[in-house]
Amino acid sequence: MTTTHVPVEDRTQEQRHPGRLRRDRSQAPLALLLMLPAVLVVLGVVLYPLGRTLVLSTLDVNSSVQQTAPFVGLANYAALLSDPAFWSTLWRTTLFTVFSTGLQLVLGLAVAQFLNQPLRGRWLFRSAVVLVWALPTIVNANMWRWILNSQYGYLNGLLSHLGLIDQYHDWIGGPLQALFVVALADTWKSTALVAILLLAGLQAVPHDIYEAAALDGAGALRRFWHMTLPLLMPMVGVVLVLRTIEAFKVFDIIYVMTRGGPASGTTTIAFFTYLQAFSNQRFGLGSAVAYVTVLCILVLCFVYSRLLRRGNGAAS
Amino acid sequence: MPERRLLPSPWSASAAGSTAALSRRHLLGLGSLGTLAVAAGCAVPGTSGGGDGDADQDGGTLRTLFMQQAGYDAEAIEAMTTAFEAANPGWSVENTLVAYEALHDKIVISAPAGTYDVILVDCIWTAELADKQMVLDVTDRFTAAENSDLLAGTLATVTYQDRRWGFPWLPGGKAFFFNGPMLAEAGVAVDSTATWDGCVQAARTLKQAGLVEYPFSWSWSQSEALICDYTQLLGAFGGRFLDEDGRPAWNSGGAVTALEWMVMTLQEGLTDPASTKSLEDDVKKALLQRQAAMGLNWDYVYAASKDPAETPHVGELTMAVSPAGPTGQNPAVDGGMGLSVTVGSKNSDAAWNLAAFLASPEQQLAHADNSLPVWSSAYTDELRAGREQMVDVDRAGYENLVSRPQVSDYNAVSQILQASLQEALLGRRSPQQALDDAANQATDVIGG
Repeated sequence: MTTTHVPVEDRTQEQRHPGRLRRDRSQAPLALLLMLPAVLVVLGVVLYPLGRTLVLSTLDVNSSVQQTAPFVGLANYAALLSDPAFWSTLWRTTLFTVFSTGLQLVLGLAVAQFLNQPLRGRWLFRSAVVLVWALPTIVNANMWRWILNSQYGYLNGLLSHLGLIDQYHDWIGGPLQALFVVALADTWKSTALVAILLLAGLQAVPHDIYEAAALDGAGALRRFWHMTLPLLMPMVGVVLVLRTIEAFKVFDIIYVMTRGGPASGTTTIAFFTYLQAFSNQRFGLGSAVAYVTVLCILVLCFVYSRLLRRGNGAAS
Repeated sequence: MPERRLLPSPWSASAAGSTAALSRRHLLGLGSLGTLAVAAGCAVPGTSGGGDGDADQDGGTLRTLFMQQAGYDAEAIEAMTTAFEAANPGWSVENTLVAYEALHDKIVISAPAGTYDVILVDCIWTAELADKQMVLDVTDRFTAAENSDLLAGTLATVTYQDRRWGFPWLPGGKAFFFNGPMLAEAGVAVDSTATWDGCVQAARTLKQAGLVEYPFSWSWSQSEALICDYTQLLGAFGGRFLDEDGRPAWNSGGAVTALEWMVMTLQEGLTDPASTKSLEDDVKKALLQRQAAMGLNWDYVYAASKDPAETPHVGELTMAVSPAGPTGQNPAVDGGMGLSVTVGSKNSDAAWNLAAFLASPEQQLAHADNSLPVWSSAYTDELRAGREQMVDVDRAGYENLVSRPQVSDYNAVSQILQASLQEALLGRRSPQQALDDAANQATDVIGG
C-alpha cells in the first residue's frame, strides 16, 4: 500500500480535521435552532425596517394613516438632493461628526493611557469612566442644557465666581457655536466608551517590547508614536467606525439641548429626518433621507477601512 | 518597529478569508429572508380601523392623550376623568400626558394603531389632521344649546373648511404680563404699557435705572413658541401671513415691521439675548424671578404669580391685554386647543361623550384656576371672583384673536418661518431678507 503525502496547503478540511465535518453536519440542526431567536430579532428589528424604509422611500406617503400610496420611484431622492436645506444639513452633520469623533479619539486615547498606568486605585478611575458612559443620553443632554443656561447655568456661575468672566455668556448663542458646544457635550459622555475600547487594545500589548525599546534608548514619545499607535490601529479603526456611526445619527442630545436651533444651526441629518417624517408626516421623503444617511455612513466607513488598511500595509 | 501584528485587524485579508465560504443553499436562504423583508415592507402604513361607533357597547376603556405643562394640570385631568367614570359606569379612562413639544409626534405615531380615543389638538394641527383624515368630523354631533353657548372665538380652534373636528376645550390667547412694582420703582406709568411703543420706552427707563438688565423676556427659541410671539406682534403691527390667494404675504408690510421691532429690542439690549433660546416656561421663570419686567405668556402664569411655591415675589405680576401696535390693534395669538376623536378609535361614540363631558361647563368651572371655560354663560361673577384680571383679559382676548396660517402643511411652513425668524433675530440676515427667503421656501410647500 502506498501512502500519498499531500502537502498541508493542498489538503481539504476533511483531510486536515478528520471526523470534524461529520460532527459539524450532525450539529447543524441544533445550531440553526439556537440561532433562530437571533435570526428573528435581526429579521424583525433590522431587516424588516430596512426593507420597509426602502419601499417607503419610493412611495408618496404623506400621512401615517394613508391607505394607498402612489409609486414615485426616485422622486423623493431627487427632491432631497435638490433641496439646499438638505446639503447644509449634511455639511453640518459632517462637521459635527469629524469634530466630535476626532476629539473623542484624542481624549479617549489620553484617558486610556492614563487608565493603563499601574496606579494605585486604578479601579476607582476606571469605574468613574464607566459611570460616565452609563449615563443615559437624555440625562446627559438635560444636564448640559442646565449647565450651559445663560441665565442660571452652572458654567456661568462657576466662571463668574472664579473671576474668569465678568458677565454671563450665551454658550449656544450662535448656530456654529451651538453646534460645537453640543459636540463637546456629546464628547464628554462618549469619550468614556472610546477610552474603554482603547484601554482593551492597550492591555493586549505586551510590556516586554516596551522594555526592549527602552533599553535601545527609545523615549516615551517615540515609543508611543512608533509602537503604541501602530499596534492600536485595529482598535482605533473599530472606534472610528462606531463613533462615526453614532455621531452621524446623533439625535437625542440635539432634541433636548437645542431642538435644531438656533437658526437651524444644530439641525443634523437625523433631526432633519425626524422633522420630515414625523413633524411634517412626509414619510416617503423621510425614508429617503434615512437611506441617504446610511449611504453617507457607509462611504465614511469605507474611507476609514481603506486608510487604515493602507496604514497597516505600510507598517508591515 | 514590531515585526508581528499583535492585534488582529478587522480589515485584513486573512480575517476576511478565514471563515468557510457560504454554500449556495445558505446564500439562497439569506436571499429569501431579505426578499421577505422587502416584501413585508411593501405594505403602506394604514389605520387599524375603527371610527364605526360603538352603539352596542356598554363599557370599555377609553384612552386619552393630553399635554402636561399648560392648561389643566394632571390632577385636574384626573379629577375630570374620574368624574366621567362615575357618571358612566362600565367605562374607564386611561390618561397619558406628554410635553407639548412631543404631543404632535405622539398623535402621528399612535394614529395607525388607534392607540388613543380622545386627543388634545392644537389649533394649528386641525387642518393637517382633518386633511389627512386622522380625526373625526364631529360637526353634526353638537347640540343646538352647545352651538349657541360656545364662545365664537373658541370655535375657530376646531374648525377647518367650515367643518368641526373636535370640541373646544382650552381657549387660548397670549396675554401681556408686567411687573407693576418694578415699573413704579422706575417711575413708569402703567398706562404707558398699553402700546408697544410705550413698552419700549418703559424698558429703556427700567434699563437706565438699573432695575433690570433686560426688561423684556420672550420665547424666541426655534420652536412654535417663536411663531406665537411673532404672530401676536404681526397682528399688532397690521401684518398678515397669507394673501387672499393663500400665498405667503409675511414679507411685506406690518409683518416685516414686527420682525424689525423684535430685532431692535435685541440690538438695544432691551430683550434678554437668552430669549432666542427660551420657551414660555423660561419666560415664566424670568418674570417670576424679576429677571424681566415684561413679557407675553399664556394665562397659567397668572396662577403661578400668586403661588408662593413658584415665586418669592407673590402678586407682583399684572396680567393685561396685549399692547397695541401703530395700527391700534392688539390681538392675542390664538393658542386654543380642542379635544378630538381619532379615526382609529374603536369607541368613537363613547369618546365623543368623554370629550363633551370634559368640556362641559360643570367640569370647566370646577377647575377654572387652570383654564377658563369655553362657554359664554360660564362667565359669571362667581367665575371672576379671585381671578378678575385673568377673566377680563382672557375674555377680551377670545374676542380679538389672530390666527397662524390654517394650512394642511402648517408644520413645514412653521419650521421654515422659525428658521428664518431666528436668522434675523441672531443678526445673520436682515428681517426683509429673512422673510423673503421664508416666503420663497414656503410657496413650494403651501402649493403642494
